[in-house]
Amino acid sequence: MRPVRIVLAKVGLDGHDRGVKVVARALRDAGYEVIYTGLRQTPEMVVDAALQEDAQVIGLSIHSGAHMTLFPAVVQELKRRKATDIVVFGGGIIPDDDIAALKQKGVAEIFTPGTPLQGIVDWLRKRFPEGAR
Amino acid sequence: MKVRARDPKQAWQEDFESSPARDDGLETSTISGIPLRPLYTSSDLPKREEELPGQFPYTRGIHPSGYRGRLWTMRQFSGFATAEETNRRYKYLLANGQTGLSVAFDMPTLMGQDSDAPTSRGEIGHCGVAIDSLADMETLFDGIPLADITTSMTINSPAAILLCMYIAVAEKQGVPAAKLGGTLQNDILKEFIAQKEFIFPPAPSMRLVVDSIEYCAKEVPKWNTISISGYHIREAGSTAAQELAFTLADGMAYVDACIERGMRIDDFASRLSFFFDAHIDFFEEIAKFRAARRIWARWMRERYGAQDERSWKLRFHTQTAGVSLTAQQPELNIARTAIEALAAVLGGTQSLHTNAMDEVLALPTDKAARLALRTQQLLAYETGVANTIDPLGGSYFVEALTDEIERQAEAYFKRIEEIGGVIPAIEAGFFQKEIADAAFRYQQELELKRRVVVGVNEFTVDEDEPIEILRIDPRLESEQVARVREVRSKRDPARWSTAIARLRKAAAGTDNLMPYILEAVRAYATEGEIMNTMVEVFGLYTEKAVI
Repeated sequence: MRPVRIVLAKVGLDGHDRGVKVVARALRDAGYEVIYTGLRQTPEMVVDAALQEDAQVIGLSIHSGAHMTLFPAVVQELKRRKATDIVVFGGGIIPDDDIAALKQKGVAEIFTPGTPLQGIVDWLRKRFPEGAR
Repeated sequence: MKVRARDPKQAWQEDFESSPARDDGLETSTISGIPLRPLYTSSDLPKREEELPGQFPYTRGIHPSGYRGRLWTMRQFSGFATAEETNRRYKYLLANGQTGLSVAFDMPTLMGQDSDAPTSRGEIGHCGVAIDSLADMETLFDGIPLADITTSMTINSPAAILLCMYIAVAEKQGVPAAKLGGTLQNDILKEFIAQKEFIFPPAPSMRLVVDSIEYCAKEVPKWNTISISGYHIREAGSTAAQELAFTLADGMAYVDACIERGMRIDDFASRLSFFFDAHIDFFEEIAKFRAARRIWARWMRERYGAQDERSWKLRFHTQTAGVSLTAQQPELNIARTAIEALAAVLGGTQSLHTNAMDEVLALPTDKAARLALRTQQLLAYETGVANTIDPLGGSYFVEALTDEIERQAEAYFKRIEEIGGVIPAIEAGFFQKEIADAAFRYQQELELKRRVVVGVNEFTVDEDEPIEILRIDPRLESEQVARVREVRSKRDPARWSTAIARLRKAAAGTDNLMPYILEAVRAYATEGEIMNTMVEVFGLYTEKAVI
C-alpha cells in the first residue's frame, strides 16, 4: 500500500516556518510521505507541486492574517485544474470565526495554535483509513 | 546520647534524597533543557572579582544607577491597517503614558513590495501598517514631533528605505537628521537564520546594512543603526543559549563587516543594539540577559580591541514571548506576559514590549494593548522591583545559570567558527537545523506531557468564551492600492526617473547607497520601485528548506 502523500506549503508572505516544520516531521514520523515546498508559495505554485508530486493532501500554513484570501484561492485553483479530489487542510493564527467560513469555501479542516500533533495525525488517519504505512 | 554533628551540606543532601519526590513525570530541566539541581549553594559560586553595575564586564547592568537613574522605555510594538489608523493608535498610546514608538509594518512592506503587487493580495494592513511611499510615512507621523520622541522600526531587507523615509519626514518637520533618535532593526542575518524575510542574497544584504551603519555614524549619530535580534530565533524554536549565541555571533559578523569596510570599531560599536525574547522560564531568561552583557563586553574589549567603554556595553530591547501565549483561555496570557516582563526587568532591559493577551489570535484591540502597557506600569510603579539594581546578583542559582549559559554560548561560537563563520553556517543550514531540532524536541515534550502549558495540555476547558478581536476592514486594501497609484501619478516624473537611474548605477558600483535611496524617497519613489531597482542588480535569494 502506497503511503498518503502530503504537500505542505507556506502560502503568503510571512516566513514563520516553525509550525509547518514541526508538523512535517511529525507526519513523516507517522508514516506519511511529506513534501515541504518552502516559503512564499502562491496558490498556483502549491497546486503545481501537489499535481507534480501526485499528492492526495495539501497542508497550508500561514501566520500573516491573509488566510481568508489565500486558502480559498488554493481551493479555487484545484477546481480550475480539475483536481478537487485533493484534500486541503490548514493551520496558523486563524480566529475561530474564520474557521466556519473557510470550511464552507472547501477547506477540509483547520488546526489552530495548541493543537497536539497527534490530533492532526488522527484526523488524517480517519480521512485516509488505509493510507499510511 | 552523643549525636555526631553532620556536615550541613551533606546532611541536606541525605535529607533531600530520603524525602519523597513529586511523581508527575515532569521535566526538571529549564525549558531549554539545561539540567537543574534542586539546590544551589555557595559552592556553586565561582571565585571571581566582585562585579558591579556600570563596570566591565557589565554582568550586573550597564548603568551604575540601574533603574534608579531612569526606568526602562515602555515601547509597545504597534501598527495595523493604514497609516492614518496607526497614527491614531500612536496618539492613543502616547496619551496613555507610553514613552517611545515602535512601528509594525505589514507583510508587503516587510517584503519590500507595494500594495498593488499581485502577491500583496490579502496581506495589506494585516500584521502591521501598510507603507508604500513617503506619503504614507508623512501620514503615519502626522502631529508627532520627531525631535521629541524616539521611534523603533522593525524592518530588515528594506530597512534602509524606511530609515530614509523617516529622515525625509523629519526634514519636512524641520528636524535635522542629527537630532533623530530611534532604532532600526536592520538585522538581515537573523532573517536568513529564523524569520526568513530575506530578499537579496547575503552579500548585497550585508552591504546595505554596513551602508546604513556607515551613513548614520556621520549623519544620524544618535540612531541605533541595528537591533541585533535573538527574538525571532527564539520564537522559531531555539533554546535560550542558542538565542544568545546565534545573536551575538551575528553581532560579531556585523562588526567584522564594518571593520572590513574600513570603519574604526569605536566609531560604530556604541550604536549597535540588541533585542531578546523574554520567555516563560523565569530564571533562565534572567541568566541569559546577564550572560549577554558579559560576553559582549569581553569580546568587544578583548577580541576587537574597542577602547571606548560605550562600545563594550550591550544595550537591549526585550519583548515577551509571543510563542508562549495560548489561544486557549487567552486571559492567562496576561499572567504569562507579566512574569516574562518581570524577568526582562530583573535582567536589566533598556526597553520593553509586553504582548497583549489577544495577540495569539490577531493584532491587539485598543483595550488589550492598554492592558499590556499597564502591566509594565504596574511593574515599574507598584512592585518595587526597580528600586534595587540587579537584585538577583549573587544568587547562587542565578550566578551558576549565568555561567552555564555563557559556557554554552562560547561552545557555539567555536562551532560557528569551525564552519567558517555566520554566512557559511547559514548557507549550510546549520542554524536552521539546530532551531528546528530544538522546536521539535520541545513539541514532543509537550505531547508526552513532560512539560505543561496551562490550558493547552493540562487544566483545559471544554469551550473557551470568545474574546473580542481586532478586525481589519477588507475595504482598506483597495483604498491603499488606490493611494499608492495616486502617489505615482502625482509625483514629478523627471525627478523620479533620475533618482531611480542613479540608484541603479550606484547599486552596481561600490558607493554607499544611502544618499541615493534618500533622494529616491524624496522623489516619492515607492518602496517596491526602490527594492525592484536593487533586485535588478543584486538578485533574489532563495533558501533550501531544512526540515
